[in-house]
Amino acid sequence: MIETILFIVFAAAAIGSSLLMITRSKPVHAAISFLGTLVSLAGLFLLMFAQFVAVLQIIVYAGAILVLFLFVIMMLHVRSGEGPEVKLKFQRPLALALATLLGLGLVYVVAATDLSGVHELPADMGTVEAIGEALFTSYVLPFEVAAVLLLIGLLGAVALTSKDEDSSDEGGSA
Amino acid sequence: MGEAPLWAWILITVVKSLVVAVALLTGFAYMTWLERRVLARLNARVGPNRVGPFGLLQPLADGIKLFFKEDFQPAGSESWLYLIAPGITMFAALVAFAVIPFGPPGAQLWGVPLFQIADPNAGILVLLAVTAVGVYGIILGGWASNNKYSLLGSLRSSAQLISYELTVGLALVGVILVSGTLQLTEIVAQQQGTWFGVLPKWNVFIQPLGFLLFLIGANAETNRAPFDLPEAEQELVAGYHTEYGGMKFAGFFVGEYINIIVASSVAVTLFLGGWGGPFVEQIPVLGVFWFILKIFAFAFLFIWLRASVPRIRYDQLMTIGWKVLLILALVNVYVTAMGVMAFGGGS
Repeated sequence: MIETILFIVFAAAAIGSSLLMITRSKPVHAAISFLGTLVSLAGLFLLMFAQFVAVLQIIVYAGAILVLFLFVIMMLHVRSGEGPEVKLKFQRPLALALATLLGLGLVYVVAATDLSGVHELPADMGTVEAIGEALFTSYVLPFEVAAVLLLIGLLGAVALTSKDEDSSDEGGSA
Repeated sequence: MGEAPLWAWILITVVKSLVVAVALLTGFAYMTWLERRVLARLNARVGPNRVGPFGLLQPLADGIKLFFKEDFQPAGSESWLYLIAPGITMFAALVAFAVIPFGPPGAQLWGVPLFQIADPNAGILVLLAVTAVGVYGIILGGWASNNKYSLLGSLRSSAQLISYELTVGLALVGVILVSGTLQLTEIVAQQQGTWFGVLPKWNVFIQPLGFLLFLIGANAETNRAPFDLPEAEQELVAGYHTEYGGMKFAGFFVGEYINIIVASSVAVTLFLGGWGGPFVEQIPVLGVFWFILKIFAFAFLFIWLRASVPRIRYDQLMTIGWKVLLILALVNVYVTAMGVMAFGGGS
């Protein structure tokens, strides 16, 4: 009962803030609406007993990525968000068609799936212990691959941004 | 003890939250008083001593003054973001305290612990998440004010918070490695008892470097001197809250001081044995007293630091954060991991 009410609240908030996110003209407003979406999604994760995922959602997305977005928006000082008028000739109808296709596909998938076989999840499924156990036993290879990828990304960012004293040496660091 | 019915559980939680919120707000009020008095002492001044005995009613007088200030809003500001920013700061600061155990878990009513509002499995992560949300108050406040000083202040502030969050996070990893859990009650429980009958089993003795790093990082994250660049008054008037007045300014102020209390309580919980102290087994309420006493010691340390250390430059701030503290924190994690491998964690 309470779960259903909370689900409706969080789901409505997620959809509402997502709609706001794509309709606001000011970048900062869109970013704040995105924050609303992230927090509502964290609430939905909590309802599924995935507390670790919910907390990570807030730490990684709301705490790091979105702060970076806002940082960049403020640095560039895009206040109005209009800028030069973007001339889009065929992109708009194409986007509309593709979005409709995607929406139809989603509706088909949801309608065609038999949900009766879904069983209740144990309440300790999303604890840190359970996720850690799974990551370091069954999924250790994907975990390590992701770690290496992130490390490469990190090193790449450092290499791209560092302007060494030997800048005359072309192609050395970049 | 039987399981509490849902309504009783909700009622107890609501009452607990109200009591904690009121206690935190009172703590904030008297922290401003303490700061002004102690700072005055350290500067060889007198400080506020006119309103009530020892100036004890000064926070009340300040509150009334702020309440009756003109409700001002700068031209060209983003109205709802401008209004919501102090609220976010205050909200995040108050919510962070919800996961902190401020007394022994044995004190229960209907099986609901009395001295902690919520005990999530990933307690430390919840703390980090809530602190992360608190950044938005500062960023949005500075941006929505439509003032270059505010914007510069909040840019500095967000850069500083992102940089020092790494150090704080890695310092916490050391504690997590040693105790083998993220649950705050469990971490406190492991720190009870003594070594050789004298030395309390506090994490600060296992993780001295981690403790120091956490302290420096927490100081930077709460925008306190010597890391108070976001509100360097000589350069930026008052930083991100330059354009705020009256109760909206008070909102930022409340958030800032409660953040100090929260940072102190995290330090106490993770490194100094939380509510642990003599005679807690006999009288559980004494745990709350020890907890408050330890927080007070930290609050005093923060004030002391402000009076003693000059503000550092912005480039120094970034150099220290990225080239010194981060490296030290990584070394600490590495050494701790080796130690746990060799001697086994979760003592």
